[in-house]
Amino acid sequence: MSDSVDVSKGLPPNPEKATLEGKNKFLGFWVFLGGETIMFATFFGTFLGLREGTAGGPSAEELFSLPLVFLMTMLLLTSSLTSVLAMFSMKKNNFRNMIILTVITVLLGFGFLACEIYEFYEYVHHGGLGFTTSAFGSSFYSLVGLHGAHVTFGLFWFITLMIRYSRTGITLTNAPKFYVASLYWHFIDVVWVFIFTVVYLMSIGGA
Amino acid sequence: MATETAANNNKSVLWDWLTTVDHKKLAVLYLIAGALFFIKAGAMAIFMRIQLMSAENTFLSGQTFNEFITMHGTIMLFLAVTPLIFAFMNFAVPLQIGARDVAFPFVNALGFWIFFFGGLLVSLSWFFGGAPDAGWTAYVPLSSGEYADLGLDFYVLGLQISGLGTLISAINFIVTIINMRAPGMTMMRMPLFCWTGLVTSILIVFAFTPLAAGLALLMLDRIFGGQFFMPDAGGNPVLWQHIFWIFGHPEVYILVLPAFGIISEVVPAFSRKRLFGYTAMVFATLIIAFLSFMVWVHHMFTVGIGPITNSVFAIATMAIGVPTGIKIFNWLFTMWGGKITFNTAMLCASSFVPTFVLGGVTGVMLAMVPVDYLYHDTYFVVAHFHYIVVGGIALGLLAGTYYWYPKMFGHKLNEKLGQLMFWLFYIGFHLTFFIQHILGLIGMPRRVFTYLEGQGMETMNLVSSIGAFMMGAGVVVLLINIVYSAFTSERITVRDPWDARTLEWSTTTPVPEYNFAQTPQVRSLDPWFYEKVHGEGLMKPAEPMDDIHMPNGSILPLTIGLGLFVWGFGMIMLEMANPIITPWIVIGTGVIITFGSMLLHSIHEDHGYHIPLDKIKKIEKEVG
Ligand code: HEM
Ligand SMILES: [Cu+2]
Repeated sequence: MSDSVDVSKGLPPNPEKATLEGKNKFLGFWVFLGGETIMFATFFGTFLGLREGTAGGPSAEELFSLPLVFLMTMLLLTSSLTSVLAMFSMKKNNFRNMIILTVITVLLGFGFLACEIYEFYEYVHHGGLGFTTSAFGSSFYSLVGLHGAHVTFGLFWFITLMIRYSRTGITLTNAPKFYVASLYWHFIDVVWVFIFTVVYLMSIGGA
Repeated sequence: MATETAANNNKSVLWDWLTTVDHKKLAVLYLIAGALFFIKAGAMAIFMRIQLMSAENTFLSGQTFNEFITMHGTIMLFLAVTPLIFAFMNFAVPLQIGARDVAFPFVNALGFWIFFFGGLLVSLSWFFGGAPDAGWTAYVPLSSGEYADLGLDFYVLGLQISGLGTLISAINFIVTIINMRAPGMTMMRMPLFCWTGLVTSILIVFAFTPLAAGLALLMLDRIFGGQFFMPDAGGNPVLWQHIFWIFGHPEVYILVLPAFGIISEVVPAFSRKRLFGYTAMVFATLIIAFLSFMVWVHHMFTVGIGPITNSVFAIATMAIGVPTGIKIFNWLFTMWGGKITFNTAMLCASSFVPTFVLGGVTGVMLAMVPVDYLYHDTYFVVAHFHYIVVGGIALGLLAGTYYWYPKMFGHKLNEKLGQLMFWLFYIGFHLTFFIQHILGLIGMPRRVFTYLEGQGMETMNLVSSIGAFMMGAGVVVLLINIVYSAFTSERITVRDPWDARTLEWSTTTPVPEYNFAQTPQVRSLDPWFYEKVHGEGLMKPAEPMDDIHMPNGSILPLTIGLGLFVWGFGMIMLEMANPIITPWIVIGTGVIITFGSMLLHSIHEDHGYHIPLDKIKKIEKEVG
């Protein structure tokens, strides 16, 4: 396991994959995301199977408000963009830019989370849809909530990394870590695109 | 750095095992844990057979019987066979591909401890009002809050945790096999056991995640008032069956593919021939894996999903017989014309073939929808899957045990006791399960704790029970053998006691912690055999001798597992009538231990240590 990379002339162009350890992390994480995809697929399937099961409670058409969801989508998509830019800075070995862009990513993520909490609060207190109200309620909150939990985890992950490596600059050890965290963030973003389509648009559009 | 290595030597043996990240030691831990769970579930099976020995027996109550069938199945599949497979994968795969360890040694240890604590949680149910009792399939509404007590919460959370351990171990194996192969070890030169290990790991990634989702839904229903499976609130109980079997059918292949792999190692080694049709074997494995996701509805034919769906899934199911048949013929052709040595390992491996065929034939019978309406939920199904689970997987694992034992523990198992075990086990197995086909055909339902007199079932059940006792005796002989051989067998000092073919036999015995002082250069399929015949009898090194980098041990995998255990237990306490402490305190503690340990691990950069060159030279001289 002699992963000796010559760093005397600065970092290599792809610092996240320069060491065997980095390569392993990279592949392992992709496989993990494959598993996550299937897990989300199961929750999507559950939602699709149960969304008509309102048991006399409120239905999707009555509740969902697209403007809020549109705002959330924009927040998350932008955060994905800033995260990509952060990775470009990493490859250019520009640590300061990378941190700034990651901070913006995190702020946008918190914005998204705030909207989601507000949304759930509204549905529960003014819409009359609790988690236990109906199968539709259970499947809606569990799918969207699972995504929200992923967002939360991703935010804490970014924050931990930034605090831990605030003084070290980009190294061959932490480059794969930042890279993998940003992959995770994109994954969450893609899942949201599907939630936006399947949960919100399809329910309201009557598909 | 030298001081670091020295410090390592001073720690106690127990601490060393609790913190180990060495794949060979983890293999031993998996082997012990799996064996203990196997014995536990086996004892339950014996008790169930005592209950069924005569009509209207009252040895066990119906409730206890239900708890036994559930725990027997659950433990055997998740907590006995899975870890035993992982034991061999952990031990053999890195050696077979010429690696010094797995890709993520820390994650490897983490996977073990999470699995272990999850299993412990499931087992704890006995002390809190009884084990789960809804069958290993936990169908709702039987498993819903209305009909099932606390035991099912242990099932849901324990399996959730142990499944997480299995999942991360699988990811680790995938990365190891893809990224860590020695120079020259191309994919198509890998031993078949590595191939099946890879494919099984991929199946785990895609099958255990739906299971995790399903268990989460069931937990939400039971503990937090969810309505997923509650028809009055718009839920759908059939949804559980779909999710469960989308996991469940691949699961049976997750277990059987590594057994195929073991057979594909043992049969060539003791036939003194290369594996017949290696390429076909690889592709058959891949096809089986693909098809295994397309057939889950064959467990639900009688639910009433409709004739078209049933037919599609019936045909897909039968199609699996084709790649499986390819494998059967390849094993037969490997033996054909070979110089066969029938020691215990080979006896188990070769008798695997006909028993597995029988299980496959009844499988195809079950796949015919109209007749499945007759067979479904009878002893015929029990006979079918035991021919595969015992006649296939258990025999494969036994073959692997006898085959790899000298490399793992430095001495062989006694042959005489081994053959006694084999014949007891094999004859007992057929006595137990063959007759259950007929019992099923005359209408004995499965999962029922007794039967009436005068229906012509007494004798056959008695025979079945006698067979079960013989199998039990076989397992006892194996345990005696392990102890006996530890004291009487001669130490193995040669590299290759079987004169075998693959890379693990090119290492010295005992295997040093770094496996290979120099990474080997692989020049062909069956590389060790190739060097013995065409080379100089030792692997050619692919690199000069140098310091070797090794990972440090860590206690954090254990504490993360413990944290999850406490967390899960706290969740179960939410359902207890009067818990001693507030459940949320327990949950909080578990969460803090879990994430705290993870945080510690991620902020503390551990770069491992180096074994200096002169020490390696010394070790190599001692063992070589
Ligand atoms: C040729 C391959 C196979 C075919 C065609 C096949 C077919 C089937 C079918 C149709 C059933 C459902 C029977 C019913 O409930 O009415 C079934 C049940 C079962 N099979 Fe197989 N099978 C095959 C291989 C395997 C393998 C490799 C394993 C395990 C390693 C396995 C384990 C099981 C188990 C555990 C059940 C019972 C599940 C339960 O209801 O509790 N089968 N099989
Ligand atoms: Cu199946």
